[in-house]
Amino acid sequence: MTQLPTHISDWFAAKGWQVHPHQQAMLDAALAPSTLLIAPTGGGKTMAGFLPTLADLHGNPKPGLHTLYVSPLKALAADIKRNLRAPVDEIGLDIRIEDRTGDTTYTQKRRQRVDPPHILLTTPESLALLLTYEDAPRIFDGVQRIIVDEIHALAESKRGDQLMLALSRLQSLAPDLRRVGLSATVEDPQAIANFLACHPQPTQIIHADPGPDPDIAMLETEEPPPWSGAGGKYAIPAVLEQVRQHQTTLIFHNTRAQAEIFFHNLWLANDDQLPIGIHHGALAKEQRLKVEQAMVDNTLKAIVCTGSLDLGIDWGDVDLVIQIGAPKNVKRLVQRIGRANHRYNAPSKALLVPANRFEIVECKAALDAVKAYDLDGEPRGDGPRDVLCQHILNCAASGPFDAGHLYGEVTTAGPYASLTPEKFDKCLEFCATGGYALRAYDRYQRLLQKDGKWQLRDPRAAQQIRMNLGTIIDTETLKVRLKARKGPGSGGTPLGEIEEGFAATLSQGDTFLIGGQIVKYEGLNEMTVQVTRSPSDRPRIATFMGTKFATSTQLSDRILRILQQDTWPDLPGHTAEWLQLQRERSQLPEPGRLLIESFPRDGRANTVIYGFAGRNAMQTLGLLMTQRMEEQGLDPLGFLATDYATLIWGLEPLKDPEPLFDLHNLREGLETWLAGNAVMKRTFRNSAITGGLIDKMTRGAKKSGRQATFSSDILYDTLRKYDPDHLMLDITREEAMKGLIDFGRVEEMIARTQGRIDLVQLDRVTPLAAPLFLEVGRVPVKGLAEERLLAEEAARLMDDAALPESVAKPKRWSVPY
Amino acid sequence: MNIHAFTFQDTALHALGSGALFWPEQRLLVVSDLHLGKSERMARRSRQLLPPYEVVDTLTRLEDVLIHTDAKTVVCLGDSFDDLEAGRSLHEDHVLWLTRLMAGREWVWIEGNHDPGPLDYGGTHLEQLKRGPLVFRHIAQPHTTAEVSGHYHPKVSMQLRGRTVTRPSFLVDADRLILPAFGTYTGGLRSDAGVLGALMGRDAYAIVTGPLPCAVPMPR
Repeated sequence: MTQLPTHISDWFAAKGWQVHPHQQAMLDAALAPSTLLIAPTGGGKTMAGFLPTLADLHGNPKPGLHTLYVSPLKALAADIKRNLRAPVDEIGLDIRIEDRTGDTTYTQKRRQRVDPPHILLTTPESLALLLTYEDAPRIFDGVQRIIVDEIHALAESKRGDQLMLALSRLQSLAPDLRRVGLSATVEDPQAIANFLACHPQPTQIIHADPGPDPDIAMLETEEPPPWSGAGGKYAIPAVLEQVRQHQTTLIFHNTRAQAEIFFHNLWLANDDQLPIGIHHGALAKEQRLKVEQAMVDNTLKAIVCTGSLDLGIDWGDVDLVIQIGAPKNVKRLVQRIGRANHRYNAPSKALLVPANRFEIVECKAALDAVKAYDLDGEPRGDGPRDVLCQHILNCAASGPFDAGHLYGEVTTAGPYASLTPEKFDKCLEFCATGGYALRAYDRYQRLLQKDGKWQLRDPRAAQQIRMNLGTIIDTETLKVRLKARKGPGSGGTPLGEIEEGFAATLSQGDTFLIGGQIVKYEGLNEMTVQVTRSPSDRPRIATFMGTKFATSTQLSDRILRILQQDTWPDLPGHTAEWLQLQRERSQLPEPGRLLIESFPRDGRANTVIYGFAGRNAMQTLGLLMTQRMEEQGLDPLGFLATDYATLIWGLEPLKDPEPLFDLHNLREGLETWLAGNAVMKRTFRNSAITGGLIDKMTRGAKKSGRQATFSSDILYDTLRKYDPDHLMLDITREEAMKGLIDFGRVEEMIARTQGRIDLVQLDRVTPLAAPLFLEVGRVPVKGLAEERLLAEEAARLMDDAALPESVAKPKRWSVPY
Repeated sequence: MNIHAFTFQDTALHALGSGALFWPEQRLLVVSDLHLGKSERMARRSRQLLPPYEVVDTLTRLEDVLIHTDAKTVVCLGDSFDDLEAGRSLHEDHVLWLTRLMAGREWVWIEGNHDPGPLDYGGTHLEQLKRGPLVFRHIAQPHTTAEVSGHYHPKVSMQLRGRTVTRPSFLVDADRLILPAFGTYTGGLRSDAGVLGALMGRDAYAIVTGPLPCAVPMPR
């Protein structure tokens, strides 16, 4: 056991504290090349990470960087700086602690490069940026430790892949570097350990005491949840009552739009004027900071929030977490529950609010999973190659490199440990020449080989590479500001952002919700949406492209198992009766079989496929099925997907489902359908920007050269047409398949049921299918539909406008349909 | 071929779904803003290596229109090349292709802000062209009439039962006709931009391109 140096143990004693076992374990592992600490929120996780550093830096530490701390949030870096300063001063250590993020001033950043502090707190992007400078070897010379905080969150995105590549570079500059990861509870600690490791060296895993089991239940309401929907509005009186009874409550929602609506309705019912705020990623930074400060000052009773508060500063007084809508994912639920940690070693308290009848079953499944410590998660795939392309360019910015050496370095990073030399070479080729089948850029290669080393053809490109650094790609959004009272300009209070697509649907006088306020659209001024405050009964809800979480595989399995029970004494009576009725009228879905119901309603033939593969996969299934049904002459008109079922309506009933589920045909259909798909185009844009094919658009550039710029969709279409094997298309396909298209779960569903299809033909809608008819999100089957709509609208508009005779009347198109 | 027939300055014209304009009486075809060589210029100027296929794609579509209309005269309404250097750097296969398209036709290059000088590809290089009642130039001039121009790459966004459709569009009023860009790597300027609102009269309408081109009042 490593003894704590006396100056630190004295400090612990003076505080009346004891070193936690996991803190001691971290101290013991101080020399291990890589260590992962799994600990619940609170419980001195950060201190555990820094203890070996503080033990090292006593006496008169030599100047230079000793420890790097990386967190996904700028705010966290700033917060740690404050929280670390106090003990360091009290212990009496003579060390410099500084943060470096996007908010750090230019002079401060320059000084840090010349004279680095002992401890530097930063973000993955700022670290990667530092590594692109020519003086990186000097800056990082002698670094001993790097602490990666919230590594479980970083591991879920490309930011984590980028960080691990940066670490591989760092390790070459500072061979003694030891790695520490701090993680919340996860389902597969070994996966995170592999992610962090400097391969082939292992990572040692340390588990902290997980603390007492959470106190978690479903919120009881007088009114039962509605049959459909996702808002949880029915529960508002009960939620307000809980807010009243607790010190501080976090009310989590799965989407920003739902948070906005709920917050709006909450205020309409908030007769006691309880101080309640809203926090989500699309609100202006100023608005978010205001809410965060109010939280620190303890002036808020509750915050309506989204994933934007999954991470971040610990607020001591949160004593209740309410999750509105089924949690979709058990791991995230557990991490959210952990936010209610007002007293160390007291159970966290959480309430689940099912938004509709089916979600009662899902919430029950989630509660069971939490009690059984059965967490879920999708296995982490190989590191994405667009991030690798960016890394290669970043390396070139810092100086010439040897390809073989860089390949060796890259494969020490967990996500790229199994990268083949061929794949690496293709990425390098792409960075150097664009990687096109047509060699058009011999004169303008980005990277050239000189004396066996790769380097930038044009040294000015280094600045451009730095500007493009990062893997977070903005969706195309517009800022929303309150209109300034005097004069033009965009000087009013910033409220947040809305997507360009939503902004395009607004016309003057339209009202919408943002940050809980109802505002009226006044116009667009230099890429800023100008609004005024305006009361309105029926504001619209801004749409956000953001992720719609799909119910995890594990949770779906649990739901299917609950449905197999003979009776449901654990479920509310109304829900048990509903399931019983379904069993009598039709049957309940089973894990190893695929239930399909077919029944007429409103003169249409309806087909319901109970696939339980999660929203994204069920959506993909809907697209593929309707395509096949169209081929079979069943005339599908549209479909709708939820996490558990896809409802398709059309003119002819489905009689023989088996051929529809032929995996080979489905895959073929997928390829065709992907061609013109919006998801693919969006994915392509992200990968093309990350990989350095196109420059990130700065807001300034966007303002000026509007007509000169063209959308990345054109590049996607052109590549598909003329260079279908191009690396960027390959990357796009790979990314889209695991993300929004989620074809993997369609395949899994087909493998699970293996042709055991039960087609139940009925004369009317079944209890389980009925709620589907109330859901929103119907997808019309395309085809000539868009042209027909356009022609109709044009005819209507021209009639309305009654333009003068000199202008020709449009020809009326009739499309055979 | 999908067309929208309309009358401008007592002249019967066809707006083609591809964004080209055809004057049947004269068998005259107008295309604007081809921006050939854009990817070469981007590589040279901004070091971005975009897919180098826009020349092939633009020429393919131009050839298609030429075959369908059997045009006798072709007017390229300016910004035909992304800049003169890009024009000079065209791949020799593409130069041959262009020459083949030009053969046997009267071909007029109107100069644009991107391509102010002549190139060695034959045809006539003009600042503007007068033909019948119409005058063809690159950038619209204030206080003029019977003018056909390009330059702005106009596009129109429309709401169709919750779906936003954005397409390159012709803009037409009593005095003026502005063509959408024909080149593959070209963006667009929305018709509600101030400059277009100021240029176009109150009665202006837009012809939305696509498989079934159709007219709508110009969104402002």
